[in-house]
Amino acid sequence: MPRYLIRRLGQAVLVVAGVIVLTFAVMRLVPGDPAVAYAGPKATAAELAEARRRFGLDDPLPVQLWNYVRDLLGGDWGTSLHTRQPVRDDLFQAFPASLELVGAALIIALVVGIPLGIAAARYKGRLPDLSVRLSSMLAVSVPVFWLALALQTVFASGLGWFPVAGEYDASLDRTSPLHLYTNITAVDALITGNWPILTSTLSHLVLPALVIAAYPAGVVAQMTRAALIEESSRDHARLERALGFGETAVLTRFALRPALNPVLSLIALVFAYSIVNGFLVEAVFNWPGLGRYAADSIRSLDTPAIAGVTLLVAVLYVVANLAVDLLQGVVDPRVRAR
Amino acid sequence: MTAPALTTLRRTPLRRLAGVDRLAVAGAVLLGVVVLAALLAPWIAPYPEDGGSATHPLEALLPPSGAHWFGTDQVGRDVLSRVLFGARTSLLIAVAVLAVSGVAGVVLGVVAGYAGGWARDVIMRVTDVFLAFPALLLSLALAVVLQPSVTTVIVAIAVTWWPWYARLTASVAASVATRGFVDSARCLGVPAPLIVLRHVLPNSLTPVLVQLSLDGGGVILTAAALSYLGLGAHEPTSEWGLMVQQGQSLFTTDWWVVTFPGLAILVTAFSFNVLGEGLRARLSR
Repeated sequence: MPRYLIRRLGQAVLVVAGVIVLTFAVMRLVPGDPAVAYAGPKATAAELAEARRRFGLDDPLPVQLWNYVRDLLGGDWGTSLHTRQPVRDDLFQAFPASLELVGAALIIALVVGIPLGIAAARYKGRLPDLSVRLSSMLAVSVPVFWLALALQTVFASGLGWFPVAGEYDASLDRTSPLHLYTNITAVDALITGNWPILTSTLSHLVLPALVIAAYPAGVVAQMTRAALIEESSRDHARLERALGFGETAVLTRFALRPALNPVLSLIALVFAYSIVNGFLVEAVFNWPGLGRYAADSIRSLDTPAIAGVTLLVAVLYVVANLAVDLLQGVVDPRVRAR
Repeated sequence: MTAPALTTLRRTPLRRLAGVDRLAVAGAVLLGVVVLAALLAPWIAPYPEDGGSATHPLEALLPPSGAHWFGTDQVGRDVLSRVLFGARTSLLIAVAVLAVSGVAGVVLGVVAGYAGGWARDVIMRVTDVFLAFPALLLSLALAVVLQPSVTTVIVAIAVTWWPWYARLTASVAASVATRGFVDSARCLGVPAPLIVLRHVLPNSLTPVLVQLSLDGGGVILTAAALSYLGLGAHEPTSEWGLMVQQGQSLFTTDWWVVTFPGLAILVTAFSFNVLGEGLRARLSR
């Protein structure tokens, strides 16, 4: 195990280093001059030169890359051009809201996807199987921004069942202010027993979380089905059938646990994907997360902010991947040998 | 597992598939309809000039009717015509992205898989780095940096897409390289480039082709998302994501402006997915 751990950690560090270089390279392709964007159109030549010097734009590229890496590791992620605040603080503020939204979506995806996958595997080749397969393919084919607009129009603006936008009713900040611990509104409201904000947040969560859940739910259903079908054709399943267990019992009592292993590692992989998909959904529902921050940054060509968001999500992906691999290495010795 | 699948696919594609997986056939038919719509758009669109910059302010935002099946948009253009022309944009992007990233990925993957050693390590570590960015994220960053256009969308997505094919091809090619016929060729003195080209490459392609058809939907969705964010196609090009973005504030009052382009994206991505799923089921049997 220690050797596997070191090898896998080394790989992850290498990938993160590559991610930083690639982000740097992409950001240096910017046609506009970041100094102009920062100093404003009316800046004098002296102010421009000052901005260039401040951002180190006069240095040769390798020096800029070195400074960039040094600053990143020192905790300086640059200053956002549109909020004029450190990017790291902005990300720290926006990320918990995205985490809340995507977390809710992944819970929905598991709760919906796994039972559907079980039903499909149980009735393989029959009507329930076909309908689960088709609807999961529909779920992964739907454009999220369009689904977000459609649900918002029908269930919020039209029927008025859910709030149209935002994270919770802002007027509650006065009547029952929220104490922050984790910065995740729903969690903080729950642990401090702030019911008005909790219920308001949950009702605001429903529609955007459902939209983001569509893709992972479809993938989870397909994966559960495939893993169960494979698992139930193994020798242990034959033995269980011979012992008189029914088909449903074979699937749910014996095949499900080993089959869930790949499903759970899949969830870690779609996590980063869902965060990015959430960008589009957050824009529609005006959710105060990374997506809205990214959208504002894109509009103002705010390079340091875009670089920060890109880096954060990529690093999250590497960490999630690493966590899954290590967990599986602990659970399953065969993984370590690979 | 790869060699027999490839020969059957090659011999009589349609008849073999028909007996094999109804899903694949359904997907192929659905996708065929979309392709036909794209190819024939200038002839079957009821108002072909509306696919471009024509405007009819007096006919703005008419609901669906006999004259305009999908209604008209803010400047009076026929939505059905624009949806049909939009199929051209989306399929062009999908084909270009899959071709570019497919070729790049397969070439690098075959080299990595056959050569092994440090070549494989270097190529795989580079794909690791690219795979750490969700496709939409990296193409978003690239599209911000480049000028918004259809070409930008193609470049941005292709840059994020090739590593998948490199990985897949590398693993298949590595297993093909250990097979007997490759050894025989090597013993006969066939030079390595020729072995790769004549023996390893053709026998590694089938899983990649299946993956390409599965990924068509993903490319279409990513491209539509970029255009929706204003980073892709722009007026007067007919593009589905752009149409949704332009009509989104009208959804409550004039639903048809947003609904039909969105459905077009859904149907096209769905047809790619159904076809790909069917082919994959066929391959894994």
